[in-house]
Amino acid sequence: MRQIVIIAHNTFRESVRDKVLLNLIIFVLLLIGGSLYFGELTIHNEQKAMINLGLSVMLMFGFMIAVFIGTGLVYKEIDKRTIYSMLAKPIYRYEFIIGKFLGLSATLFVNCVVMFVGILIALFYLTRQLDATAFVLLQAAFLIYLELLLTTAFALLFSSFSTPALSVFFSVLMYIIGNFTPDLKLFADLLQVNLYPNLRVAQIVLYGLYYTLPNLSNFNFISRTAHGEPIPGAAFGLGIVYFVIYVGLLLSLTVMIFERRNFK
Amino acid sequence: MDNVLEIENLTMDYLVGFWRKQPTRVLDGLSLSVHRGEIFGFLGHNGAGKTTTIKILMRIIYPTAGKALILGKPIEDVEMRKRIGYLPETPYFYDYLTGYELLDYFGKLFGIERVTRKKRIQTTLDLVGLADVGKKQLRGYSKGMLQRIGIAQAILNDPEVVFLDEPMSGLDPIGRREVRNIIASLRDQGKTVFFSTHILSDVEVLCDRVAILKNGKRVAYGRLDEVQGRDIGALEMVTTTVAATGVPALTPFATQLRQTASGLHLELKDADTLDQVIQLVRQHGGRIVSVNPVKTSLEEFFIKDDRHHH
Repeated sequence: MRQIVIIAHNTFRESVRDKVLLNLIIFVLLLIGGSLYFGELTIHNEQKAMINLGLSVMLMFGFMIAVFIGTGLVYKEIDKRTIYSMLAKPIYRYEFIIGKFLGLSATLFVNCVVMFVGILIALFYLTRQLDATAFVLLQAAFLIYLELLLTTAFALLFSSFSTPALSVFFSVLMYIIGNFTPDLKLFADLLQVNLYPNLRVAQIVLYGLYYTLPNLSNFNFISRTAHGEPIPGAAFGLGIVYFVIYVGLLLSLTVMIFERRNFK
Repeated sequence: MDNVLEIENLTMDYLVGFWRKQPTRVLDGLSLSVHRGEIFGFLGHNGAGKTTTIKILMRIIYPTAGKALILGKPIEDVEMRKRIGYLPETPYFYDYLTGYELLDYFGKLFGIERVTRKKRIQTTLDLVGLADVGKKQLRGYSKGMLQRIGIAQAILNDPEVVFLDEPMSGLDPIGRREVRNIIASLRDQGKTVFFSTHILSDVEVLCDRVAILKNGKRVAYGRLDEVQGRDIGALEMVTTTVAATGVPALTPFATQLRQTASGLHLELKDADTLDQVIQLVRQHGGRIVSVNPVKTSLEEFFIKDDRHHH
Protein backbone atom coordinates (compact mmCIF):
# COMPACT_ATOMS: atom_id res chain seq x y z
CA MET A 1 0.00 0.00 0.00
CA ARG A 2 2.85 2.31 0.94
CA GLN A 3 4.45 1.85 -2.49
CA ILE A 4 1.13 2.58 -4.22
CA VAL A 5 0.79 5.88 -2.35
CA ILE A 6 4.38 6.85 -3.22
CA ILE A 7 3.82 6.13 -6.91
CA ALA A 8 0.43 7.90 -6.87
CA HIS A 9 2.00 10.95 -5.30
CA ASN A 10 4.66 11.11 -7.98
CA THR A 11 2.07 10.69 -10.74
CA PHE A 12 0.08 13.55 -9.26
CA ARG A 13 3.22 15.67 -9.08
CA GLU A 14 3.94 14.87 -12.74
CA SER A 15 0.54 16.11 -13.89
CA VAL A 16 0.89 19.28 -11.83
CA ARG A 17 4.36 19.95 -13.27
CA ASP A 18 3.04 19.25 -16.75
CA LYS A 19 0.57 22.06 -16.07
CA VAL A 20 -2.52 19.89 -16.40
CA LEU A 21 -4.36 21.99 -13.84
CA LEU A 22 -4.03 25.07 -16.02
CA ASN A 23 -7.32 24.01 -17.62
CA LEU A 24 -8.93 25.42 -14.47
CA ILE A 25 -8.12 28.93 -15.61
CA ILE A 26 -10.10 28.40 -18.81
CA PHE A 27 -12.88 26.92 -16.71
CA VAL A 28 -13.02 29.95 -14.44
CA LEU A 29 -13.05 32.28 -17.43
CA LEU A 30 -15.96 30.33 -18.91
CA LEU A 31 -17.86 30.58 -15.62
CA ILE A 32 -17.30 34.33 -15.41
CA GLY A 33 -18.38 34.77 -18.99
CA GLY A 34 -21.42 32.58 -18.33
CA SER A 35 -22.35 34.52 -15.21
CA LEU A 36 -22.29 37.80 -17.05
CA TYR A 37 -24.32 36.43 -19.94
CA PHE A 38 -26.83 34.39 -17.92
CA GLY A 39 -27.48 37.42 -15.70
CA GLU A 40 -29.71 38.61 -18.50
CA LEU A 41 -32.05 35.64 -18.04
CA THR A 42 -34.77 35.13 -15.43
CA ILE A 43 -33.72 33.82 -12.00
CA HIS A 44 -34.76 30.22 -12.60
CA ASN A 45 -33.33 30.00 -16.08
CA GLU A 46 -29.99 31.47 -15.20
CA GLN A 47 -29.54 28.90 -12.45
CA LYS A 48 -30.43 26.13 -14.87
CA ALA A 49 -28.08 27.45 -17.53
CA MET A 50 -25.24 27.88 -15.07
CA ILE A 51 -25.53 24.35 -13.66
CA ASN A 52 -25.74 22.95 -17.16
CA LEU A 53 -22.70 24.86 -18.31
CA GLY A 54 -20.67 24.20 -15.17
CA LEU A 55 -21.25 20.45 -14.97
CA SER A 56 -20.89 19.93 -18.72
CA VAL A 57 -17.57 21.71 -18.81
CA MET A 58 -16.47 19.78 -15.72
CA LEU A 59 -17.23 16.57 -17.57
CA MET A 60 -15.68 17.70 -20.82
CA PHE A 61 -12.40 18.98 -19.39
CA GLY A 62 -12.16 16.04 -17.03
CA PHE A 63 -12.77 13.69 -19.93
CA MET A 64 -9.93 15.22 -21.93
CA ILE A 65 -7.57 14.88 -18.98
CA ALA A 66 -8.67 11.30 -18.32
CA VAL A 67 -8.19 10.25 -21.94
CA PHE A 68 -5.07 12.16 -22.91
CA ILE A 69 -3.17 11.82 -19.67
CA GLY A 70 -4.64 8.41 -18.90
CA THR A 71 -3.45 6.85 -22.15
CA GLY A 72 0.01 8.30 -21.59
CA LEU A 73 0.35 7.14 -17.98
CA VAL A 74 1.95 3.80 -18.78
CA TYR A 75 2.90 4.34 -22.41
CA LYS A 76 5.14 7.27 -21.60
CA GLU A 77 6.98 5.20 -19.01
CA ILE A 78 7.63 2.48 -21.56
CA ASP A 79 8.47 4.86 -24.38
CA LYS A 80 10.90 6.90 -22.29
CA ARG A 81 12.19 3.73 -20.60
CA THR A 82 11.65 5.23 -17.18
CA ILE A 83 9.87 1.99 -16.40
CA TYR A 84 13.18 0.07 -16.39
CA SER A 85 14.50 1.61 -13.23
CA MET A 86 11.02 1.49 -11.68
CA LEU A 87 10.54 -2.24 -12.14
CA ALA A 88 13.92 -2.95 -10.57
CA LYS A 89 12.75 -1.27 -7.38
CA PRO A 90 11.04 -3.24 -4.61
CA ILE A 91 7.57 -2.88 -6.10
CA TYR A 92 5.07 -5.27 -7.63
CA ARG A 93 3.82 -4.47 -11.08
CA TYR A 94 0.26 -4.18 -9.84
CA GLU A 95 1.38 -1.54 -7.36
CA PHE A 96 2.75 0.43 -10.26
CA ILE A 97 -0.54 0.31 -12.18
CA ILE A 98 -2.76 1.07 -9.21
CA GLY A 99 -0.44 3.87 -8.12
CA LYS A 100 -0.57 5.40 -11.58
CA PHE A 101 -4.36 5.17 -11.59
CA LEU A 102 -4.73 6.73 -8.15
CA GLY A 103 -2.29 9.50 -9.06
CA LEU A 104 -4.38 10.62 -11.98
CA SER A 105 -7.50 10.15 -9.84
CA ALA A 106 -6.05 12.66 -7.40
CA THR A 107 -5.41 15.13 -10.23
CA LEU A 108 -8.99 14.73 -11.43
CA PHE A 109 -10.23 15.09 -7.86
CA VAL A 110 -8.48 18.43 -7.40
CA ASN A 111 -9.80 19.48 -10.78
CA CYS A 112 -13.39 18.54 -9.93
CA VAL A 113 -13.32 20.08 -6.46
CA VAL A 114 -12.05 23.41 -7.74
CA MET A 115 -14.64 23.37 -10.52
CA PHE A 116 -17.41 22.45 -8.09
CA VAL A 117 -16.52 25.34 -5.81
CA GLY A 118 -16.35 27.59 -8.86
CA ILE A 119 -19.86 26.60 -9.90
CA LEU A 120 -21.16 27.23 -6.39
CA ILE A 121 -19.62 30.69 -6.33
CA ALA A 122 -21.03 31.51 -9.76
CA LEU A 123 -24.48 30.28 -8.68
CA PHE A 124 -24.33 32.36 -5.54
CA TYR A 125 -23.30 35.36 -7.57
CA LEU A 126 -26.34 34.90 -9.81
CA THR A 127 -29.03 33.94 -7.30
CA ARG A 128 -27.65 35.40 -4.07
CA GLN A 129 -28.71 32.28 -2.20
CA LEU A 130 -27.55 28.74 -1.56
CA ASP A 131 -30.43 26.28 -1.30
CA ALA A 132 -30.90 22.53 -1.58
CA THR A 133 -29.54 22.63 -5.15
CA ALA A 134 -26.05 22.79 -3.67
CA PHE A 135 -26.39 19.27 -2.28
CA VAL A 136 -27.81 17.82 -5.48
CA LEU A 137 -25.04 19.59 -7.32
CA LEU A 138 -22.49 17.88 -5.09
CA GLN A 139 -24.04 14.50 -5.82
CA ALA A 140 -24.05 15.16 -9.55
CA ALA A 141 -20.46 16.37 -9.46
CA PHE A 142 -19.44 13.28 -7.52
CA LEU A 143 -21.01 10.98 -10.11
CA ILE A 144 -19.23 12.90 -12.86
CA TYR A 145 -16.00 12.30 -10.98
CA LEU A 146 -16.72 8.56 -10.90
CA GLU A 147 -17.45 8.65 -14.62
CA LEU A 148 -14.09 10.30 -15.20
CA LEU A 149 -12.33 7.61 -13.17
CA LEU A 150 -14.06 4.96 -15.24
CA THR A 151 -12.82 6.70 -18.38
CA THR A 152 -9.32 6.79 -16.88
CA ALA A 153 -9.47 3.06 -16.18
CA PHE A 154 -10.43 2.44 -19.81
CA ALA A 155 -7.63 4.68 -21.06
CA LEU A 156 -5.17 2.82 -18.84
CA LEU A 157 -6.39 -0.56 -20.05
CA PHE A 158 -6.08 0.36 -23.72
CA SER A 159 -2.67 1.91 -23.25
CA SER A 160 -1.39 -1.24 -21.57
CA PHE A 161 -1.37 -3.03 -24.92
CA SER A 162 -1.81 -0.41 -27.62
CA THR A 163 -0.29 2.81 -28.97
CA PRO A 164 -1.38 6.19 -27.56
CA ALA A 165 -3.23 7.20 -30.74
CA LEU A 166 -5.22 3.98 -30.81
CA SER A 167 -5.81 4.16 -27.07
CA VAL A 168 -7.28 7.64 -27.41
CA PHE A 169 -9.45 6.42 -30.26
CA PHE A 170 -10.69 3.39 -28.29
CA SER A 171 -11.32 5.49 -25.19
CA VAL A 172 -13.40 8.04 -27.08
CA LEU A 173 -15.25 5.23 -28.83
CA MET A 174 -15.99 3.58 -25.50
CA TYR A 175 -17.29 6.85 -24.16
CA ILE A 176 -19.63 7.37 -27.09
CA ILE A 177 -20.86 3.80 -26.90
CA GLY A 178 -21.21 4.13 -23.14
CA ASN A 179 -23.69 6.93 -23.62
CA PHE A 180 -25.86 4.84 -25.93
CA THR A 181 -25.92 1.49 -24.13
CA PRO A 182 -29.42 2.07 -22.67
CA ASP A 183 -30.64 2.27 -26.27
CA LEU A 184 -29.31 -1.23 -26.89
CA LYS A 185 -31.60 -2.57 -24.20
CA LEU A 186 -34.46 -0.50 -25.47
CA PHE A 187 -33.94 -1.88 -28.94
CA ALA A 188 -33.66 -5.46 -27.64
CA ASP A 189 -36.88 -5.05 -25.71
CA LEU A 190 -38.65 -3.85 -28.83
CA LEU A 191 -37.72 -6.92 -30.86
CA GLN A 192 -40.83 -9.02 -31.30
CA VAL A 193 -39.27 -12.39 -30.57
CA ASN A 194 -42.67 -14.02 -30.14
CA LEU A 195 -43.55 -13.21 -33.72
CA TYR A 196 -40.11 -13.77 -35.18
CA PRO A 197 -38.25 -16.48 -33.20
CA ASN A 198 -35.16 -15.94 -35.36
CA LEU A 199 -34.64 -12.62 -33.63
CA ARG A 200 -33.96 -14.41 -30.35
CA VAL A 201 -30.25 -14.57 -31.12
CA ALA A 202 -30.08 -10.87 -31.92
CA GLN A 203 -31.85 -10.11 -28.69
CA ILE A 204 -29.41 -12.18 -26.64
CA VAL A 205 -26.45 -10.47 -28.33
CA LEU A 206 -27.93 -7.03 -27.63
CA TYR A 207 -28.59 -7.89 -24.02
CA GLY A 208 -25.06 -9.25 -23.75
CA LEU A 209 -23.64 -6.01 -25.13
CA TYR A 210 -25.84 -3.99 -22.82
CA TYR A 211 -24.51 -5.75 -19.77
CA THR A 212 -20.82 -5.81 -20.79
CA LEU A 213 -20.36 -2.36 -22.34
CA PRO A 214 -20.04 0.52 -19.92
CA ASN A 215 -23.30 2.21 -19.13
CA LEU A 216 -22.47 5.85 -18.52
CA SER A 217 -26.09 6.88 -18.03
CA ASN A 218 -25.60 5.63 -14.47
CA PHE A 219 -23.45 8.70 -13.88
CA ASN A 220 -25.06 11.36 -15.98
CA PHE A 221 -27.51 13.53 -14.07
CA ILE A 222 -26.49 16.88 -15.48
CA SER A 223 -29.75 17.99 -17.07
CA ARG A 224 -31.88 16.59 -14.24
CA THR A 225 -29.79 18.50 -11.74
CA ALA A 226 -30.10 21.62 -13.86
CA HIS A 227 -33.87 21.23 -13.76
CA GLY A 228 -33.73 21.06 -9.99
CA GLU A 229 -34.72 17.40 -9.75
CA PRO A 230 -33.08 15.52 -6.88
CA ILE A 231 -31.03 12.40 -7.63
CA PRO A 232 -32.88 9.38 -6.14
CA GLY A 233 -30.86 7.59 -3.47
CA ALA A 234 -31.17 4.30 -5.34
CA ALA A 235 -29.79 5.80 -8.55
CA PHE A 236 -26.92 7.39 -6.64
CA GLY A 237 -26.15 4.11 -4.86
CA LEU A 238 -26.38 2.17 -8.12
CA GLY A 239 -23.89 4.55 -9.70
CA ILE A 240 -21.39 3.91 -6.90
CA VAL A 241 -21.82 0.12 -6.93
CA TYR A 242 -21.62 0.03 -10.72
CA PHE A 243 -18.44 2.11 -10.60
CA VAL A 244 -16.74 -0.09 -8.01
CA ILE A 245 -17.44 -3.30 -9.91
CA TYR A 246 -16.65 -1.96 -13.36
CA VAL A 247 -13.45 -0.15 -12.43
CA GLY A 248 -12.37 -3.15 -10.36
CA LEU A 249 -12.72 -5.37 -13.43
CA LEU A 250 -10.95 -2.92 -15.73
CA LEU A 251 -8.01 -2.48 -13.37
CA SER A 252 -7.71 -6.23 -12.82
CA LEU A 253 -7.61 -6.76 -16.57
CA THR A 254 -4.99 -4.03 -16.97
CA VAL A 255 -2.84 -5.56 -14.25
CA MET A 256 -3.16 -9.01 -15.84
CA ILE A 257 -1.93 -7.68 -19.19
CA PHE A 258 0.78 -5.59 -17.60
CA GLU A 259 2.06 -8.46 -15.44
CA ARG A 260 2.81 -10.54 -18.55
CA ARG A 261 4.45 -7.89 -20.65
CA ASN A 262 8.08 -7.87 -21.68
CA PHE A 263 9.51 -4.38 -21.99
CA LYS A 264 12.01 -4.37 -24.82
CA MET B 1 32.31 -19.58 -2.05
CA ASP B 2 29.50 -17.14 -1.37
CA ASN B 3 27.75 -16.36 -4.64
CA VAL B 4 25.65 -13.23 -4.91
CA LEU B 5 24.44 -14.07 -8.39
CA GLU B 6 23.79 -17.43 -9.93
CA ILE B 7 22.50 -17.76 -13.45
CA GLU B 8 21.54 -21.14 -14.75
CA ASN B 9 20.82 -21.95 -18.35
CA LEU B 10 19.13 -18.63 -19.02
CA THR B 11 17.51 -18.52 -22.45
CA MET B 12 15.48 -15.86 -24.17
CA ASP B 13 13.60 -16.06 -27.45
CA TYR B 14 11.99 -13.04 -29.01
CA LEU B 15 9.22 -13.39 -31.53
CA VAL B 16 10.17 -11.39 -34.58
CA GLY B 17 8.06 -10.61 -37.62
CA PHE B 18 4.57 -9.35 -38.16
CA TRP B 19 2.47 -12.14 -39.60
CA ARG B 20 4.43 -15.29 -38.98
CA LYS B 21 6.32 -14.64 -35.83
CA GLN B 22 9.59 -16.53 -35.76
CA PRO B 23 11.38 -17.02 -32.49
CA THR B 24 14.88 -15.56 -32.51
CA ARG B 25 17.22 -16.72 -29.79
CA VAL B 26 18.98 -13.74 -28.24
CA LEU B 27 20.27 -15.54 -25.18
CA ASP B 28 21.29 -19.16 -25.32
CA GLY B 29 21.69 -21.22 -22.18
CA LEU B 30 23.76 -18.72 -20.24
CA SER B 31 25.17 -19.93 -16.92
CA LEU B 32 27.52 -18.09 -14.63
CA SER B 33 28.02 -17.14 -11.03
CA VAL B 34 29.38 -14.02 -9.40
CA HIS B 35 31.20 -14.16 -6.07
CA ARG B 36 30.64 -11.76 -3.23
CA GLY B 37 32.91 -8.73 -3.26
CA GLU B 38 34.22 -9.01 -6.80
CA ILE B 39 33.89 -6.82 -9.85
CA PHE B 40 32.49 -8.95 -12.61
CA GLY B 41 32.75 -7.80 -16.21
CA PHE B 42 30.07 -8.86 -18.62
CA LEU B 43 31.57 -8.40 -22.01
CA GLY B 44 30.30 -8.61 -25.55
CA HIS B 45 29.57 -6.77 -28.76
CA ASN B 46 26.38 -4.77 -29.09
CA GLY B 47 23.53 -7.21 -29.50
CA ALA B 48 25.37 -10.09 -27.83
CA GLY B 49 22.68 -10.41 -25.16
CA LYS B 50 24.18 -8.43 -22.27
CA THR B 51 21.28 -6.04 -21.78
CA THR B 52 18.79 -8.87 -22.26
CA THR B 53 20.44 -10.78 -19.42
CA ILE B 54 20.37 -7.80 -17.07
CA LYS B 55 16.75 -7.02 -17.99
CA ILE B 56 15.78 -10.57 -17.11
CA LEU B 57 17.52 -10.22 -13.76
CA MET B 58 15.58 -6.99 -13.14
CA ARG B 59 12.24 -8.59 -14.14
CA ILE B 60 11.76 -6.16 -17.01
CA ILE B 61 11.44 -9.15 -19.32
CA TYR B 62 10.72 -12.79 -18.56
CA PRO B 63 13.09 -15.53 -19.75
CA THR B 64 11.98 -18.33 -22.04
CA ALA B 65 13.89 -20.82 -19.93
CA GLY B 66 16.38 -21.01 -17.11
CA LYS B 67 16.56 -19.40 -13.74
CA ALA B 68 18.62 -17.01 -11.69
CA LEU B 69 19.23 -16.30 -8.02
CA ILE B 70 20.31 -12.93 -6.68
CA LEU B 71 21.63 -12.96 -3.10
CA GLY B 72 20.28 -16.49 -2.88
CA LYS B 73 16.73 -15.36 -3.67
CA PRO B 74 14.75 -16.05 -6.83
CA ILE B 75 14.54 -12.99 -9.08
CA GLU B 76 10.78 -12.70 -8.45
CA ASP B 77 11.51 -11.80 -4.83
CA VAL B 78 10.51 -8.17 -4.33
CA GLU B 79 12.05 -7.74 -0.87
CA MET B 80 15.46 -8.74 -2.25
CA ARG B 81 15.33 -5.66 -4.51
CA LYS B 82 15.95 -3.45 -1.50
CA ARG B 83 19.44 -4.92 -1.40
CA ILE B 84 20.40 -4.41 -5.04
CA GLY B 85 21.00 -1.47 -7.35
CA TYR B 86 20.50 -1.17 -11.10
CA LEU B 87 21.62 1.30 -13.71
CA PRO B 88 19.78 0.83 -17.03
CA GLU B 89 21.53 1.24 -20.36
CA THR B 90 21.24 4.86 -21.50
CA PRO B 91 19.18 5.82 -18.48
CA TYR B 92 16.16 8.05 -18.73
CA PHE B 93 14.40 9.31 -15.66
CA TYR B 94 11.42 11.50 -14.93
CA ASP B 95 12.59 14.77 -16.44
CA TYR B 96 10.05 16.84 -14.48
CA LEU B 97 11.86 15.94 -11.25
CA THR B 98 15.05 17.47 -9.93
CA GLY B 99 17.99 15.20 -9.24
CA TYR B 100 17.26 15.44 -5.54
CA GLU B 101 13.56 14.65 -5.99
CA LEU B 102 14.31 11.62 -8.13
CA LEU B 103 16.58 10.18 -5.47
CA ASP B 104 14.02 11.06 -2.81
CA TYR B 105 11.30 9.25 -4.76
CA PHE B 106 13.39 6.12 -5.26
CA GLY B 107 14.61 6.34 -1.67
CA LYS B 108 10.99 6.19 -0.51
CA LEU B 109 10.34 3.18 -2.73
CA PHE B 110 13.36 1.50 -1.15
CA GLY B 111 11.74 2.17 2.21
CA ILE B 112 14.58 4.32 3.54
CA GLU B 113 13.51 6.44 6.51
CA ARG B 114 13.35 10.20 6.04
CA VAL B 115 16.37 11.28 8.08
CA THR B 116 18.61 8.53 6.68
CA ARG B 117 17.25 9.23 3.22
CA LYS B 118 18.20 12.89 3.33
CA LYS B 119 21.72 12.02 4.41
CA ARG B 120 22.09 9.26 1.83
CA ILE B 121 20.90 11.53 -0.99
CA GLN B 122 23.42 14.19 -0.06
CA THR B 123 26.38 11.83 0.17
CA THR B 124 25.37 10.05 -3.03
CA LEU B 125 25.04 13.32 -4.94
CA ASP B 126 28.46 14.31 -3.64
CA LEU B 127 29.94 10.99 -4.68
CA VAL B 128 28.76 11.25 -8.29
CA GLY B 129 29.66 14.93 -8.46
CA LEU B 130 26.16 16.33 -8.82
CA ALA B 131 25.88 18.11 -5.48
CA ASP B 132 25.50 21.56 -7.01
CA VAL B 133 22.86 20.59 -9.60
CA GLY B 134 20.67 18.53 -7.26
CA LYS B 135 18.01 21.25 -7.36
CA LYS B 136 17.89 21.37 -11.14
CA GLN B 137 15.23 19.52 -13.15
CA LEU B 138 16.53 16.48 -15.01
CA ARG B 139 15.35 17.88 -18.35
CA GLY B 140 18.25 20.30 -18.02
CA TYR B 141 20.84 17.54 -17.48
CA SER B 142 23.44 16.59 -20.04
CA LYS B 143 23.91 12.97 -21.06
CA GLY B 144 26.86 12.59 -18.73
CA MET B 145 24.89 14.07 -15.84
CA LEU B 146 22.03 11.65 -16.48
CA GLN B 147 24.50 8.79 -16.38
CA ARG B 148 25.74 10.04 -13.03
CA ILE B 149 22.28 10.44 -11.55
CA GLY B 150 21.64 6.93 -12.84
CA ILE B 151 24.62 5.65 -10.91
CA ALA B 152 23.46 7.66 -7.90
CA GLN B 153 20.05 5.98 -7.87
CA ALA B 154 21.72 2.59 -8.28
CA ILE B 155 23.81 2.98 -5.13
CA LEU B 156 21.38 5.11 -3.11
CA ASN B 157 20.09 2.21 -1.03
CA ASP B 158 23.59 1.07 -0.08
CA PRO B 159 23.09 -2.15 -2.04
CA GLU B 160 25.06 -5.35 -1.61
CA VAL B 161 25.26 -5.90 -5.33
CA VAL B 162 25.05 -3.36 -8.14
CA PHE B 163 24.11 -4.13 -11.75
CA LEU B 164 25.41 -1.53 -14.16
CA ASP B 165 24.46 -1.76 -17.81
CA GLU B 166 27.13 0.06 -19.82
CA PRO B 167 27.98 2.52 -17.04
CA MET B 168 30.69 4.28 -19.05
CA SER B 169 28.71 4.94 -22.19
CA GLY B 170 28.13 8.55 -23.06
CA LEU B 171 30.86 9.83 -20.81
CA ASP B 172 33.91 11.88 -21.68
CA PRO B 173 37.37 10.57 -20.70
CA ILE B 174 37.28 12.35 -17.34
CA GLY B 175 33.80 11.07 -16.64
CA ARG B 176 34.90 7.53 -17.51
CA ARG B 177 37.75 7.70 -15.08
CA GLU B 178 35.44 8.98 -12.37
CA VAL B 179 32.99 6.16 -12.96
CA ARG B 180 35.88 3.69 -12.82
CA ASN B 181 36.88 5.16 -9.49
CA ILE B 182 33.31 4.88 -8.21
CA ILE B 183 33.14 1.22 -9.24
CA ALA B 184 36.49 0.52 -7.63
CA SER B 185 35.41 2.28 -4.43
CA LEU B 186 32.24 0.17 -4.36
CA ARG B 187 34.38 -2.92 -4.24
CA ASP B 188 36.50 -1.36 -1.50
CA GLN B 189 33.29 -1.04 0.50
CA GLY B 190 32.73 -4.76 0.08
CA LYS B 191 30.03 -4.49 -2.55
CA THR B 192 29.74 -6.70 -5.58
CA VAL B 193 29.62 -5.03 -8.96
CA PHE B 194 28.27 -6.68 -12.09
CA PHE B 195 28.74 -4.49 -15.09
CA SER B 196 28.34 -4.92 -18.80
CA THR B 197 30.47 -3.21 -21.39
CA HIS B 198 31.74 -3.55 -24.90
CA ILE B 199 34.85 -1.58 -24.08
CA LEU B 200 37.75 -3.83 -23.25
CA SER B 201 40.02 -1.45 -21.43
CA ASP B 202 37.34 -0.90 -18.77
CA VAL B 203 37.36 -4.59 -18.07
CA GLU B 204 41.14 -4.89 -18.06
CA VAL B 205 41.45 -2.10 -15.54
CA LEU B 206 38.65 -3.09 -13.18
CA CYS B 207 37.51 -6.68 -13.28
CA ASP B 208 38.34 -9.70 -11.19
CA ARG B 209 36.42 -12.09 -13.37
CA VAL B 210 34.68 -11.84 -16.70
CA ALA B 211 32.25 -13.58 -18.97
CA ILE B 212 32.31 -12.92 -22.68
CA LEU B 213 29.09 -13.23 -24.56
CA LYS B 214 28.74 -13.72 -28.27
CA ASN B 215 25.48 -14.11 -30.16
CA GLY B 216 23.76 -14.99 -26.92
CA LYS B 217 26.28 -17.68 -25.98
CA ARG B 218 28.97 -17.61 -23.36
CA VAL B 219 32.32 -18.00 -25.15
CA ALA B 220 34.70 -17.29 -22.28
CA TYR B 221 34.35 -17.21 -18.54
CA GLY B 222 36.70 -17.03 -15.59
CA ARG B 223 39.38 -14.98 -13.93
CA LEU B 224 40.62 -12.14 -16.07
CA ASP B 225 44.19 -13.46 -16.23
CA GLU B 226 42.93 -16.91 -17.18
CA VAL B 227 40.79 -15.60 -19.99
CA GLN B 228 43.51 -13.25 -21.15
CA GLY B 229 46.40 -15.59 -20.82
CA ARG B 230 45.25 -18.69 -22.58
CA ASP B 231 48.03 -18.43 -25.15
CA ILE B 232 51.00 -17.33 -23.07
CA GLY B 233 54.08 -18.62 -24.73
CA ALA B 234 54.69 -16.18 -27.47
CA LEU B 235 57.21 -13.44 -26.75
CA GLU B 236 57.76 -10.07 -28.30
CA MET B 237 61.33 -8.86 -28.64
CA VAL B 238 62.85 -5.55 -29.64
CA THR B 239 66.56 -5.25 -30.48
CA THR B 240 68.97 -2.70 -31.85
CA THR B 241 70.14 -3.03 -35.44
CA VAL B 242 71.82 -6.33 -36.28
CA ALA B 243 74.17 -7.21 -39.13
CA ALA B 244 72.54 -8.05 -42.46
CA THR B 245 73.27 -11.76 -42.01
CA GLY B 246 71.31 -11.72 -38.73
CA VAL B 247 67.95 -11.40 -40.33
CA PRO B 248 67.90 -14.74 -42.22
CA ALA B 249 69.41 -16.43 -39.18
CA LEU B 250 66.61 -15.19 -36.93
CA THR B 251 63.72 -15.69 -39.33
CA PRO B 252 63.11 -19.41 -38.53
CA PHE B 253 62.45 -18.56 -34.87
CA ALA B 254 60.01 -15.72 -35.46
CA THR B 255 56.37 -15.66 -36.42
CA GLN B 256 56.80 -12.04 -37.30
CA LEU B 257 59.88 -10.03 -38.06
CA ARG B 258 59.95 -6.36 -38.89
CA GLN B 259 62.96 -4.19 -39.54
CA THR B 260 62.69 -0.63 -38.28
CA ALA B 261 65.07 2.29 -38.54
CA SER B 262 66.33 1.67 -35.03
CA GLY B 263 66.43 -2.13 -35.07
CA LEU B 264 64.36 -5.28 -35.18
CA HIS B 265 60.94 -6.14 -33.87
CA LEU B 266 60.18 -9.83 -33.69
CA GLU B 267 57.63 -12.17 -32.23
CA LEU B 268 58.96 -15.53 -31.12
CA LYS B 269 57.02 -18.70 -31.80
CA ASP B 270 58.14 -20.37 -28.64
CA ALA B 271 59.40 -19.02 -25.35
CA ASP B 272 61.82 -21.95 -25.07
CA THR B 273 63.93 -20.63 -27.93
CA LEU B 274 64.61 -17.35 -26.12
CA ASP B 275 68.18 -18.10 -25.03
CA GLN B 276 69.07 -19.26 -28.51
CA VAL B 277 67.63 -16.13 -30.05
CA ILE B 278 69.42 -13.81 -27.64
CA GLN B 279 72.62 -15.59 -28.51
CA LEU B 280 72.02 -15.08 -32.23
CA VAL B 281 71.23 -11.39 -31.79
CA ARG B 282 74.46 -10.85 -29.89
CA GLN B 283 76.47 -12.80 -32.43
CA HIS B 284 75.22 -10.45 -35.13
CA GLY B 285 76.14 -7.34 -33.22
CA GLY B 286 72.72 -6.52 -31.78
CA ARG B 287 71.60 -5.65 -28.29
CA ILE B 288 68.33 -6.61 -26.60
CA VAL B 289 66.08 -3.60 -25.89
CA SER B 290 63.09 -5.43 -24.43
CA VAL B 291 61.42 -8.81 -24.16
CA ASN B 292 57.74 -9.02 -23.32
CA PRO B 293 55.23 -11.84 -23.10
CA VAL B 294 52.49 -11.56 -25.69
CA LYS B 295 49.30 -12.15 -23.76
CA THR B 296 46.25 -12.79 -25.78
CA SER B 297 44.62 -9.60 -24.64
CA LEU B 298 40.88 -9.57 -24.54
CA GLU B 299 40.85 -7.58 -27.71
CA GLU B 300 42.72 -10.29 -29.58
CA PHE B 301 40.43 -12.79 -27.99
CA PHE B 302 37.54 -10.99 -29.57
CA ILE B 303 39.16 -10.92 -32.98
CA LYS B 304 40.33 -14.53 -32.83
CA ASP B 305 36.91 -15.63 -31.82
CA ASP B 306 35.40 -13.79 -34.72
CA ARG B 307 37.62 -15.79 -37.05
CA HIS B 308 36.34 -18.99 -35.51
CA HIS B 309 32.79 -18.01 -36.14
CA HIS B 310 32.91 -16.64 -39.63
